[in-house]
Amino acid sequence: MHPDPRPLVLSLTGITKRFGPLTANDHIDLDVRAGEIVALLGENGAGKTTLMSILFGHYIADEGTVFIAGADGQLAPLPGGSAEVALGAGIGMVHQHFALAENLTGFENIVLGTQSLWSLGLRSGTARAKIERLIADSGLAVDLDVPVARLSVGEQQRIEILKALFRDVRVLILDEPTAVLTPQEADGLFATVRKLAAKGLAVIFISHKLHEVLALCERVVVLRGGAKVADRPSAGADRAMLAELMVGRAIPARERPPSTPGAAVLSLRGVSVGAPGQRDRLEQADLDVRAGEIVGIAGVSGNGQGALAALVAGLAAARAGEARLSGVALTGADPAGRVAAQVGRIPEDRHRDGTIGALSVAENYVLETISAPENQRGGVMRRADIRARAAAAIRAYDVRCPGPDAAIRALSGGNMQKVVLARVLEREPKLVLAHQPTRGLDIGATTDVHRRLIAARGRGAAVLLISEDLDELFALSDRIAVVHAGHLSPAMDAAGLDVRTVGLMMAGHSAGEAA
Amino acid sequence: MIRFVPRERTPVWLTLTVSIGSGLAALLLTAIPLALTGAPVFTAFALMAAGAAGDGFALAETLTRATPLIFTGLAAAVAFRAKLWNIGAEGQLYAGALATVALGAGLIEAPSYVLVPLVLVGAAAAGAALLLVPVLFKTRFGADEVVVTLLMNFIVLLFVQMMLEGPMKDEMALGWPQSAPVLDEATLPKLVEGLRLHAGLVLALVAAVGLHVFINRTVWGFRIRAVGENARAARYAGLPVGKAMALVGILSGGLAGLAGASEVAGLKGYLTSDLSPGFGYAGIVVATLANLSPLGVIPAAIFVAGVFVGADSMSRAIGVSNYLADLVVAFALLSVLVGGLLTRFRIVLVRREAA
Repeated sequence: MHPDPRPLVLSLTGITKRFGPLTANDHIDLDVRAGEIVALLGENGAGKTTLMSILFGHYIADEGTVFIAGADGQLAPLPGGSAEVALGAGIGMVHQHFALAENLTGFENIVLGTQSLWSLGLRSGTARAKIERLIADSGLAVDLDVPVARLSVGEQQRIEILKALFRDVRVLILDEPTAVLTPQEADGLFATVRKLAAKGLAVIFISHKLHEVLALCERVVVLRGGAKVADRPSAGADRAMLAELMVGRAIPARERPPSTPGAAVLSLRGVSVGAPGQRDRLEQADLDVRAGEIVGIAGVSGNGQGALAALVAGLAAARAGEARLSGVALTGADPAGRVAAQVGRIPEDRHRDGTIGALSVAENYVLETISAPENQRGGVMRRADIRARAAAAIRAYDVRCPGPDAAIRALSGGNMQKVVLARVLEREPKLVLAHQPTRGLDIGATTDVHRRLIAARGRGAAVLLISEDLDELFALSDRIAVVHAGHLSPAMDAAGLDVRTVGLMMAGHSAGEAA
Repeated sequence: MIRFVPRERTPVWLTLTVSIGSGLAALLLTAIPLALTGAPVFTAFALMAAGAAGDGFALAETLTRATPLIFTGLAAAVAFRAKLWNIGAEGQLYAGALATVALGAGLIEAPSYVLVPLVLVGAAAAGAALLLVPVLFKTRFGADEVVVTLLMNFIVLLFVQMMLEGPMKDEMALGWPQSAPVLDEATLPKLVEGLRLHAGLVLALVAAVGLHVFINRTVWGFRIRAVGENARAARYAGLPVGKAMALVGILSGGLAGLAGASEVAGLKGYLTSDLSPGFGYAGIVVATLANLSPLGVIPAAIFVAGVFVGADSMSRAIGVSNYLADLVVAFALLSVLVGGLLTRFRIVLVRREAA
């Protein structure tokens, strides 16, 4: 193998970080060269965030050193524990959740913090020229003079990247940058990243979308359980191999037996939800979800899928049109009524809507059904029965927890979601609303959620799956509809559909234009 | 740099150590200003302890003082569990006291086994009705209950003064603004002959146990806990959030109203506008010391009452101002809050390397 001629810009050697008994990073070595795009892969808890936090000065490593090339190209140790020092040394990070001041313009956000407050007016000319040069060089076209709040998510991300480039970073860390983008926007981002790398920028790309990693990155580093388990060129690697490296065992292929859909369970005719001025609203939507099928809703979040989920979950009422569940009109905003009508609801945000952190696993398990006779007698909770049934659900759904009395907030996201699944699916609902059911979950937990949804379809439930993850939608859905700016497309057979068409529709093109 | 890292679970030894440590820290902190005044620190603390629990008489006095604090402490605890910030227990206490004299001072004549329950129910209803107003304002219009309940305290107190100067004034009281005395049939019996301790204490203890069972064992208690811990998820799950809040309002206001009934019908015998030296506000301190646990309210109320009774006695003996009691309680509150931080978080010192 030829030695890489490009100079090292960053070298982590023997980085170790312990939190009590847990070793979050175990002697991790990582070299990054100028112009290189390196993927950092790993499940939740594998140590990616800890490693990047050490690099960015939020944590101090117990052992090991971060070396960064100075202006002369010589590697020198980076003092830990300070984000300013890391920034000053040329390390920039674009977080998954942006850190922009929404009421300021893009230009103001970019220069914010780089100049003394008193000189902002004086030196804005040179700053402006520099940013415009950066835009020309990178292709990150964006309007600099409107408040950031008015920009789309993709444009806000460009501001974030420009913010880093403006600070002359030599190492750019992108944390799950495509999570909020349409496939086309993601392609645009990749083109930019390649352009920047060609000019010598080193990029660390954190993602869990393996096809993106393989398409963009020349090298893949995999962390598992705090240790580096692979560091190899992406050429010759495939998705199954990377997934196995991340999880540490073979991933069973998803089985999706054929199913014959029955009568429509959920049926929407000309349904509008949400005030006309509201961003996340639904206009005149028609949709049928039949027994024994999974209908996927694709779309960039905030385009109306929130309103659809709110309607089905009973948080919102239809403003116009007719929504029926097995022929019975769904009237009013009535979550308890939806539960009674056998709608199983998996909310988008399990911390905010799905669970009550301070209550126990058992109490969360019976949250929706506490007034049912099996859970109470004369207004007094049947605690022993509730515990026993929760313990059975813990076994059936393989929830890893100390027991039914443990506070649910102590559980990992995947185990928390299993409790929600148990609560929803054990009642054998006629309609399952799964809103971003695997967001933030690792591969193991995701596989489990998918298996459960396919099983629900198998026993004849109608499943409405709302997801931003196109891989998930295509893997599970029998039919897919796309929502954009409040308009829901007709549901199309997933078998004859390709990702690019759906991506174009997510960006607002009609099915005809997209095909 | 100091970082707070959340603990997944708190070991029992730590909870115990922190509780005892908080108490000691409160005393140590109080000792500083005490020493600055030149008072003999150990004598002062010894006199306080003796005054609070030195003999049967002192103990009875402390328990008498603790009785209204248990009620108002429970009122704050149940409301705060549901994140209903009821700062109006003082006003609800006076509403209960007003109902007690309205019903018990001659309007109705009945044997005590009818009149005492009637007076208690009336007082609880008055307190509950008073808190239901801000609760409805909160659930209907989003009005901030802190502001509404706090301001209602002044309205209620002025209303009580108006009643005592006017329609409810006792003609036999030589011009003092006080109500007619409650009938013997409406009076809560004394627990021990010759002491001020009355049956209100028993009621308060029953209320604490009852609230504990209600909150932890019943469906409505479950709903209240769920709404308090995460109202969004409770609503998503289809729990009746508005009704649960209204029930909390009824319970909290009712308990505060009982404090008023217990003070009037058990201790004072009639209503004056200085019935409560801030029992409603002190209830918030008691509930916080008890970590919002109904059973914990009992020892917390006895502690706060003991500090006040003991400080009075110490101040008479060595001439140190009894404001010292406020200091002890304030330091205890701070110590408990800091102690709570220690039990919920691990504190990690991060050494900043020279840049």
